[in-house]
Amino acid sequence: MTATAEPDLERLFEHTIERDQRIEPRDWLPEGYRKTMIRQIAQHAHSEIIGMQPEGNWITRAPSLRRKAILLAKVQDEAGHGLYLYSAAETLGADRADLTEKLISGRQKYSSIFNYPTLTFADVGVIGWLVDGAAICNQVPLCRSSYGPYARAMIRICKEESFHQRQGYELLMTMMRGTEAQRAMVQDAVNRWWWPSLMMFGPPDAESPNTAQSMAWKVKRHTNDELRQRFVDMSVPQAKALGVTLPDPELKWNEERQHHNFGPIDWDEFKQILKGNGPCNAQRIAHRRKAHEDGAWVREAAAAYAAKQEGRA
Amino acid sequence: MTELTAEGGHGAVPLEGVPAGSSQVKHDWPLYEVFVRGKRGLNHVHVGSLHAADDEMALHNARDLYTRRNEGVSIWVVKATDITASSPDEKDPFFAPSGDKVYRHPTFYEIPDNVPHM
Ligand SMILES: [Fe+2]
Ligand SMILES: [Fe+2]
Repeated sequence: MTATAEPDLERLFEHTIERDQRIEPRDWLPEGYRKTMIRQIAQHAHSEIIGMQPEGNWITRAPSLRRKAILLAKVQDEAGHGLYLYSAAETLGADRADLTEKLISGRQKYSSIFNYPTLTFADVGVIGWLVDGAAICNQVPLCRSSYGPYARAMIRICKEESFHQRQGYELLMTMMRGTEAQRAMVQDAVNRWWWPSLMMFGPPDAESPNTAQSMAWKVKRHTNDELRQRFVDMSVPQAKALGVTLPDPELKWNEERQHHNFGPIDWDEFKQILKGNGPCNAQRIAHRRKAHEDGAWVREAAAAYAAKQEGRA
Repeated sequence: MTELTAEGGHGAVPLEGVPAGSSQVKHDWPLYEVFVRGKRGLNHVHVGSLHAADDEMALHNARDLYTRRNEGVSIWVVKATDITASSPDEKDPFFAPSGDKVYRHPTFYEIPDNVPHM
């Protein structure tokens, strides 16, 4: 096959994106696009993997067999999400073992939301409702990402996220029908998770100078602030139906904007967590590292067994 | 603040100041591509990939990863290194032989409206 000159390839790449067609693994890509996609997909994968820990904390202490089975299935899904995404990152030339190494050495990051502790069982419900709910807001537009393998992974993930959010909300409705202490537990969990959930959308648009490039590449479809606003507007009626208060005195409907106004976000807290000073940063990575290292002998044994079988055949 | 994008899925992740990863292959289980038949009557469709030590483990992992909700009735796994692929761009000269053979399509032939069932 003839080698095509780079300007032609670049034009073909841009043309594919302009026509809203997908970029596929063996297409020529600009190096900047490839790197941006690997960073985004790999760190999304890391978030799914680390995201198993806060809820996994409650599997052995779930209050009933029904809740335990649901929670197990949910946490297993998150593992699956991580693996779909690592698979997509590998189509861009990343190496999975290398990505794992970059996670446990702290060189690549994961979502800061998972650095908060899960103090009560109500946290399991609030994570499903708010954290997975915010994830849905982020992830639905990604089903149209210009990178084909990522978009396809996101379609699969979004279908599963809907179960995550609904099981969380149902859990909270059950607790709200319970005792006064249970209702207080739900309200306390909402108070702790509301603001971190808003931070999941990232810093305000004014502080995101590269958004334009990501928009042009169609790897980003909405700005951080747009997604955050959408999440707030969705959550308000849900909180009302549940009978909890969202911990923001400035939260109120703005007739003119046709959106809710909400109070200022404490970005210092966010920055601290990014820097590694959150309540659980060290614990999350240490746990992931231990699981990886404790599993080393299993990986080696399986590889040795496979080599032996191959030798016999 | 470093640039962060909400498109990290489960929360904002930085897009600068992190290494993108190298394609330098570390010692790892081989990569398998996975194909699933959604239901009887349909072809197997590529759904993604996974790592496994051998074929049998690849099949088990594929079941747990890609068919947790009855998404399939049959699974194929094949080592990624055993796949030979064309370049996916449809303008590639590889697909040129079919590009100029419009007569392979039924719409190439004009049939009068009064001829039924055709
Ligand atoms: Fe997820
Ligand atoms: Fe989820």
